[in-house]
Amino acid sequence: MGAAFSLAWPMTYLKTYGPRANPITGLTWGLMDLSLAVIAIITVLVVAGVWVRRERRSRPVFADLLVGREAGGLRWIWIGLGLTIVALVASLAWTVAVMAAVGMPGGQPALTLEITGHQWWWEVRYVGATPNQTFVTANEIHVPTGRPVLVKLNGADVIHSFWIPALAGKTDAIPGRTNLTWLQADRAGVYRGQCTEYCGVQHANMAAFVTADPPAVFEAWRAGQLRASVPAASPGKQLFVQRCGACHTVRGGEAGGVVGPDLTHLMSRRTLAAGTVPNTPDGLSGWISNPQALKPGARMPATDLSGPELGQVVAYLETLT
Amino acid sequence: MAEAIYNGGPLPVGAKGHNSTGWWGMLCLIATESCLFAYLLFSYFYIAIQRGPAWSPEPQPSILLAGPNTVILLSSSVAAWWGEGGSKRGERGRQIAGLAVAILLGAIFLAVQIFEWRAKSFGPTSGSYGSLYFTITGFHMAHVIVGLLILSVVLAWTLLGYFRPRRHEPLSIAIVYWHFVDVVWLAVFSTFYISPLLMR
Amino acid sequence: MSAWEDARTPETTRATKAFPGPRLQEIWEREPGLKGWFADVDHKEIGKRYIVTAFVFLLLGGIEAMVMRLQLSGPNRTLLTPEQYDQLFTMHGVSMIFLYASPVLSGFSNFLWPLLLGSRDMAFPRLNALSYWVYLAAGLFLYAGFVVGQGPDAGWFNYVPYAGRAYNPGVNIDVYALGLILLGISTTVGAANFVVTFLRMRAPGMSINRVPILTWGTLTASVANLLAVPSVSLAFFLLWLDRQFGFHVFDTGQGQPLLWQHLFWMFGHPWVYAIVLPAMGMVSDGLPTFCRRPLVGYAPVALSTVATMALGFGVWVHHMFATGLPDISLSFFSGASLIITIPSAVAVFAWIATIWLGRPVITTAFLFFASMIVLFVIGGVSGVMTASAPVDWQLTDTYFVVAHLHYVLIGINVFPVVGAAYYWFPKFTGRMLNERLGKWNFWTMFAGFNLGFFPMHLLGLMGMPRRVYTYPAGMGWDTTNLIVSLGSALFAIGVGLLIVNIVVSLRRGAIASDNPWDAPTLEWATASPPPPYNFAVIPTIASRHPLWEDRLDESGARSRLDAGLLLDRGRETIGTSALDGEPNLILEMPADSLAPAALALGLALLFSGALLKAWWLAGAGGAVCGGALLLWFWPRRVHADMPQEPEHG
Repeated sequence: MGAAFSLAWPMTYLKTYGPRANPITGLTWGLMDLSLAVIAIITVLVVAGVWVRRERRSRPVFADLLVGREAGGLRWIWIGLGLTIVALVASLAWTVAVMAAVGMPGGQPALTLEITGHQWWWEVRYVGATPNQTFVTANEIHVPTGRPVLVKLNGADVIHSFWIPALAGKTDAIPGRTNLTWLQADRAGVYRGQCTEYCGVQHANMAAFVTADPPAVFEAWRAGQLRASVPAASPGKQLFVQRCGACHTVRGGEAGGVVGPDLTHLMSRRTLAAGTVPNTPDGLSGWISNPQALKPGARMPATDLSGPELGQVVAYLETLT
Repeated sequence: MAEAIYNGGPLPVGAKGHNSTGWWGMLCLIATESCLFAYLLFSYFYIAIQRGPAWSPEPQPSILLAGPNTVILLSSSVAAWWGEGGSKRGERGRQIAGLAVAILLGAIFLAVQIFEWRAKSFGPTSGSYGSLYFTITGFHMAHVIVGLLILSVVLAWTLLGYFRPRRHEPLSIAIVYWHFVDVVWLAVFSTFYISPLLMR
Repeated sequence: MSAWEDARTPETTRATKAFPGPRLQEIWEREPGLKGWFADVDHKEIGKRYIVTAFVFLLLGGIEAMVMRLQLSGPNRTLLTPEQYDQLFTMHGVSMIFLYASPVLSGFSNFLWPLLLGSRDMAFPRLNALSYWVYLAAGLFLYAGFVVGQGPDAGWFNYVPYAGRAYNPGVNIDVYALGLILLGISTTVGAANFVVTFLRMRAPGMSINRVPILTWGTLTASVANLLAVPSVSLAFFLLWLDRQFGFHVFDTGQGQPLLWQHLFWMFGHPWVYAIVLPAMGMVSDGLPTFCRRPLVGYAPVALSTVATMALGFGVWVHHMFATGLPDISLSFFSGASLIITIPSAVAVFAWIATIWLGRPVITTAFLFFASMIVLFVIGGVSGVMTASAPVDWQLTDTYFVVAHLHYVLIGINVFPVVGAAYYWFPKFTGRMLNERLGKWNFWTMFAGFNLGFFPMHLLGLMGMPRRVYTYPAGMGWDTTNLIVSLGSALFAIGVGLLIVNIVVSLRRGAIASDNPWDAPTLEWATASPPPPYNFAVIPTIASRHPLWEDRLDESGARSRLDAGLLLDRGRETIGTSALDGEPNLILEMPADSLAPAALALGLALLFSGALLKAWWLAGAGGAVCGGALLLWFWPRRVHADMPQEPEHG
C-alpha cells in the first residue's frame, strides 16, 4: 500500500489525516488515557486492599473470625463519586465540542459523491453540474487533497456502513434513507475502509479505498473518468456484451447493465470485487472464471467461458483504461 | 417464649382482596401488557411522523362506528364495576347481572369491530398503515376475547356458587383486567381516530 | 385437608428435630418417580434445573466461540464457510445473551430468593415451573434450527432488511423470531414471579431495607424485563408477519427499517442491565462475607441498582449513533449514557471500601468477586468511550465493541456467577467445592480471559470490523488475533476446570455445614442442602444480618430463627406487607402439578406448527395448552381458594 500513513495498520484510526477525523482522534486518545488511568487506580486499590488487609492465617475457621461493624466507609463512595462526576462532565463537554467541530463544513463542497452500498461492493457516483459531467465508478474513490467532500449515502439492498477510519467515522448506508457525511484528506495517499454493518455472507470482503491526490492530479483523473471507453471491436468485446452486459456497464460500449459495478475504466482500479482480488491479468481471469471460489456467495455467477474466450474477454477488459 | 414472635390477631387464610398474590400478579401482567401497547403505538407514531399525512390511505378515519363502539366498551366496564360492587355487598343477583351485561356489551364491541374491519378499503398487506392498523386493533381484539373468556369463567363460577363468602379476588382480578382492556382501547382509539386531527 | 377456614391466628413454635420438620417434609416433599420429577414446583429444584441448563448453553456457546477463534486465528483461513460462520456467531450471541446470561441468574435467584427472604417458596410455584419448561423449550427450539443448518444467521440484533425475507429467504430468521417470542413468555412470567415474591413473601420483620442486595438486583431486573421484553417480542412478531404474511412494517418500500433498531434496542439496552444487576448483587452479598464485615453503603448501593435501571431505559440510541440521527439527539443520548456510569461508580467504591475496611479471607469465591471489580471497571470505561457519539463513530462495529461487551458479559456476569457457584455450592449440594482446584480454576480463567479479550480492544483500535468471517493479511491484525485465540483457549481450559471441580466435588467434596462461610444471611440458617420446606418455622427478622447480630453487637431487637410461625396445615407460608414485612395473610401454596410442563409442551408444539406453517400441529399444540390450563385451574375443592385466570395462577 503506497500510502503516506501507517503501513503496519492501514485501518487504524488512532492516527488520522483530515479535519473530519482529527478532533475525534484527539478525543479518542483523551478518553482512552482517562480510561487507562481509571483502570490503573481501581486495580491498585483492589489489589492493595486485598494485600494489605488480607487475613493472614491460611484456611482459617470462619466462625472464629471477627466481624466488623456496618457503620463507616461512606466517605469512599462520596469521594469516588465526586471524582467520577468531574471526569464525566469533562468528557461530556469535550464530546459536545468535538461534535460541533466535525459538523458539516460551511460553503460549497469541492465534490459531492453519492455512494450506494450493495451486497457486497460500493457504487460511487460523482455528481457533476450536468448529466454529462456525472460518472459512476466502484469501490475506489478519488478525492482532491485538502478539500471537503460531501458524501450522500444510501443502501441498495440491506444496511451497510461506510467507514474510512483515517478520514471519517462510520455512517450507515440505509435503504430508503439518505445519510450525509463528509471527509477530507489533507495528505495524498490511499486510505483503506470497509463496510462495518453486517450485511450478509460477504460482509468481510467489502472494502473501499479513498485515493487522495493533489487537486491537479485529481482533475486529470476525473477528466479521464468522464471519457467513454470506446475500444475497437474485438471478439472479446462481443463476448463481453453478450455474457457480461446484462449486469455491467461500459460507457461507450453496448453493455449497459446496472446490477454490478460500472467497468468503464476498470483498468484504473487497483482491486476487483471490493478489495478481494488484485486487479492483475491473472487476478482478472481468476475472478471471471470462478468468482464463487474467491468470494463465496457473491452475486456474480461463474461465467463458464472457455479458455480462449476467457482470454479474449480479459484482453478486452485490459483495454478499459 | 414463642408467644413473643407473633402478637397479631387472626390472619386471612388464602387469597384475600388486594393482598392476594393473584392480584399483584395481575398488576404485573397489566404493566407488561401496557408496555406492549405502548410499543405498538410507538411504532405507529414513528412511521406516521416519518411519512407525513399522506401515509394513511384514509386521511381521517371515520368515527361513525368507532365512536359509538368506544361508548359501548366503556359501558361494559361500568357494568362490570357495578357487578363487582354487588359481590362486595353479597348481592349475588347484581353480581350476575353486572357480569352478564359486561360480557354482552363486550361481545357487541367485538362484532362492531369485525364489521369495521370488513368495511376498510385496505388490508393488512396493502401498506405499512394497514399492517399496523390491523396488527394494533387485532392485538386489542385478542385482548377483548381473552377478557370475555375470563369474565365468562368468573360468571360461570358465580352461577355455580364457587365463591367463598366475602371472597371475590378472582372477580376483582378479572374485572381489573377488563378495565385495562377498555383503557387500552382509549389509547388505540385516540391514536387512530383523534391523532390525525392533531398531526395535520 | 381440614375444613376451610376464613381466618386463623397462626400458631408459633420452637423448632426441634422432631417437630415440625418431619411433618413439613411429608407435606412439601415431591412424589417419587418420573411423574413427581416433571410435576415438581419446588423453587430449589427449578433453580438447579435453570442453572444446569444455562451452563449447558454456556458450553455450547463456548464451543461455537472456539470454532470461530480457530477460523480467525490467522488471515484467510478456510475452516468455515461464510454461512457457517454467520450461524455460529449468531448462535454464539443468542446462546450467551438469551440462553445463558439471564437464565443462569434466574436459576440462582430462584434457588436463593425464598431462602434469603425466609419464605417456603416463590409466590407462584407453578408459574415458576412453567417459566423453566418454556425456557427449555425455547432453547431447544432455537437449537433445532441450528442443528439442521437453518439457525439464525443475521446476528443477535438481527437488523432488517437483511433479516427480511427478500435477503434471507430460509427459515433461519423465523426460528429466531418465534424462538425469542417463546423465550419472552418464560422471561415475563419469571419476572412477574420475582416481583410479587419480593413484595409479598418476605419473612415477618424483613422490611425492604433489610433484604440482601441480590434481591434488589433481581427485582430491578425483573421490573425491567416486564417493561422491556414486550418490545422485542413485538418486534419479532411483526418481523414474522412481514416475512410470512406479506405485512409491511420493516421493509424498505413501505415500512421503516430503522424502526426495528429502535424496538430492538429499547429492549436490548435495559436487558444488558438485567443480566448484570443481579450478578452485581451476588458480589455485594458475597464479598462482605469474605471481608468479614457488612457491605459499606447498603442504601446507596441498593438505590444505585434501581437508578441504573431507570437510566438504562434512556440510553438505547447509543447503539444507533451511526444511523444518521440529528446531532441534538446524539448529544442527549451521549450525555445519558455517560451519566449512567454514576450509579455503577457507587457500587465499585462500596466494594473497594468493603475490602479496605474488612479483613478479606482469600477464597476462590472471593477471588472471583474481587476480580470482578476490576473487570467491571474495564468494561465500564470502554463503555464510557463508546458513549461519546463521535468516538463511537470510530469504535462501533469494530472489535473494540466486541472486547467491551465481553468484559461486560463475562466480567460482570460469568465471574460473579462462578464466584456464586463456589459460594453457594455447599448450600445447593451439601458439599464444598475443592479450594485448591478452585484457585487453579480462578487463575486460569482470569489469565485466559484477559489474554483472550484485552487484545481485542487493540484489534478494534487497529480497525478490525466485527462479524467478519475472515480478514486479509497485511492489516496488522494477524499476531493479535493469534494471541486472542490462544487466550480464549486458556479461558476455555479454566471453564473446564470448573466443571471438573463440580463433578469431582459432587461425589467427594467435603461435607458442608449449614453455614460453612459463617455468612450473615438467612439462607445459611437452614440445612445444606435445605429441606423441601426451607424453614421448619418462619423466622422473624430484625436486621440485615440475622446471623451476625450477636457479634456485630448492635443494640436493639434480635432476629428469631429457632422459633417462629408454624404454618403446617398444608403447604402454607406467610404473606407480608410490601414495605414493612408485617404479616397479613396465610398463603396456601399449590401442590405439585404436571400442568406447567404440559403447557410448555403445548406452547412448543404451537410454535413449531407456526414455524412450519403446519396448522394442524399448531392446533394440536393449542389443544394441549387448553388441556393444561384446565388441569392447572381445575378447582380442587368447592370451598377452595378460587381457581384463577391463566395469567397469574
